[in-house]
Amino acid sequence: MRKVLVVTEAKAGNLRGVSLESLTAAQRIADGGEIIAVAFGSDAVHYANVLGKHGANKVYIVGNQELDVYTTDAYSQSLRQVIDEVVPEAILMPHTSIGKDLAPRIAARLGLGLISDVIDVQVEEDDVIFTRPVFSGKAFEKKKVVSGIPFATVRPNNIPVEEISGTIEIVHFYAEIKDLRTIVKEVIRKTAGGVDLSEAKVVISGGRGVKSSDGFKPLQELAEVLGGAVGASRGACDAEFCDYSLQIGQTGKIVTPDLYIACGISGAIQHLAGMSNSKVIVAINKDPEAPIFQIADYGIVGDLFEVVPLLAEELKKVLVNS
Amino acid sequence: MNILVLMKQTFDPEEKIAFQYGTVSEEGVNFIINPYDEYAIEEGLLLRALHCGEVTVITVGTERAENGLRTALAMGADNAIIVNSEDLNLDEYSTVKILESIIKNREFDIILAGNVAVDYGSGQIGPRLAEELNIPQVTTITKLAIVGNEAVIERDVEGDKEVVMVTLPVLVTAQQGLNEPRYPSLPGITKAKKKPIERIEIDDLHIEDVLEVKTITTETFFAPKKGAGRILEGDIEAQVSELAILLRSEAKAI
Repeated sequence: MRKVLVVTEAKAGNLRGVSLESLTAAQRIADGGEIIAVAFGSDAVHYANVLGKHGANKVYIVGNQELDVYTTDAYSQSLRQVIDEVVPEAILMPHTSIGKDLAPRIAARLGLGLISDVIDVQVEEDDVIFTRPVFSGKAFEKKKVVSGIPFATVRPNNIPVEEISGTIEIVHFYAEIKDLRTIVKEVIRKTAGGVDLSEAKVVISGGRGVKSSDGFKPLQELAEVLGGAVGASRGACDAEFCDYSLQIGQTGKIVTPDLYIACGISGAIQHLAGMSNSKVIVAINKDPEAPIFQIADYGIVGDLFEVVPLLAEELKKVLVNS
Repeated sequence: MNILVLMKQTFDPEEKIAFQYGTVSEEGVNFIINPYDEYAIEEGLLLRALHCGEVTVITVGTERAENGLRTALAMGADNAIIVNSEDLNLDEYSTVKILESIIKNREFDIILAGNVAVDYGSGQIGPRLAEELNIPQVTTITKLAIVGNEAVIERDVEGDKEVVMVTLPVLVTAQQGLNEPRYPSLPGITKAKKKPIERIEIDDLHIEDVLEVKTITTETFFAPKKGAGRILEGDIEAQVSELAILLRSEAKAI
């Protein structure tokens, strides 16, 4: 039995899926022990019930207004105060922009090891074993902490969420925040509203084959049918068909959706590094020799401008009939 | 301005991965400067052009990492330091303890690093070091301007752009888009050969009491090989309707 602290995260007023995935991972580690979630910012209290339905026994609501926008100092001061009070025996945090910035800093302050970007966790006898991809997903490693408590960041979209019934105790916690060294002057939203690329269950991605920014339209329509997000290869971004915020690959985002549909993407190593661990991969490409077909579960050799709209129509029918 | 850059030498991402004795084999592998660290080096050189001063590149690595330092010197860096990690088992915790012990006694205004290395990809070194040195950090930056003692920085937050102000000294980590790293020039390569590399042995640092690892790797393995995919056949309409059915009933992906 272990007391596990799970750091949760919300974006634009919505609790991120990876928060619940982390709670599921925490259930395995806790093995009957207490699970404590922590949520930050003035909206935090709204997330308490859903956290309770996913295994949290207690939630710390750190409602300070200074936490509505992430800064390293405000979050690390607050989280450290929560950790001091809770004294957890394991800590999990989402491997998101915030988790990547915050977790190593907390680990250094507490003199802890940290296992980043984990996709699975198992308890073997007394050890908590984390699995993580290395070399851009070409291989995997299992790691454990040998000194101090287990501490890991969890990659979105990899641990299936489990709901459980239970009651939740809410603890209102006011953090003492001072001497902030960074000031956020402005946040410019470049990502289209809707589904976050790194957490999307379905990703429709375009390469040089989409030929222009207008060429992404059929992909966006297909994404709407499936409730997915649109991504791109580096080639499409370099050619200025779309913004770099959509780039999936070695440089760019790493995604592991349930379904990845690659349209007009040849499948360079640069791109594969960002998506090859997707659960089901579909490739649509004019060139039958394109390397993308070697990792695809299903391939259609054809013109994406013909195939993608047909596929959107066909999937609409399939989804209606279900 | 004293500019420090953290560098790691990594596998060329185009290389295939092979295992030997349970760990990743380095035999016949081409090594490069971690691409994100290349952005950090380039940004250091751009800062020096504007604000004068020196660029010092630091690495913790085995002898082969000296090639990476030579490349950085050829790009234009002034000084290079290598901490010999031969026969050492290091993790992020202990690597940062080494870096801290070297950097805390040096003067610096800014430390630049890549936001992540393309080999083991933990992305911990920058933020950990900033905490150990008790300085602020700004991660995944795409634009940097320094006026006097203040930096105005743009950072990439999962595709959105954040504008941050911070007072020096600061540690920043580079994201793609920060700049276009230069290639070493021929005169640069010649000059680099004459520039000294400072070599530090772990024993000289006297940090035995903090040099423990907190995490270990118990196993390294390949993903289970996927069965060969299926290229659908027939006219396009037939392929598309087959695909829709397969995604529903066989793959259960929708």
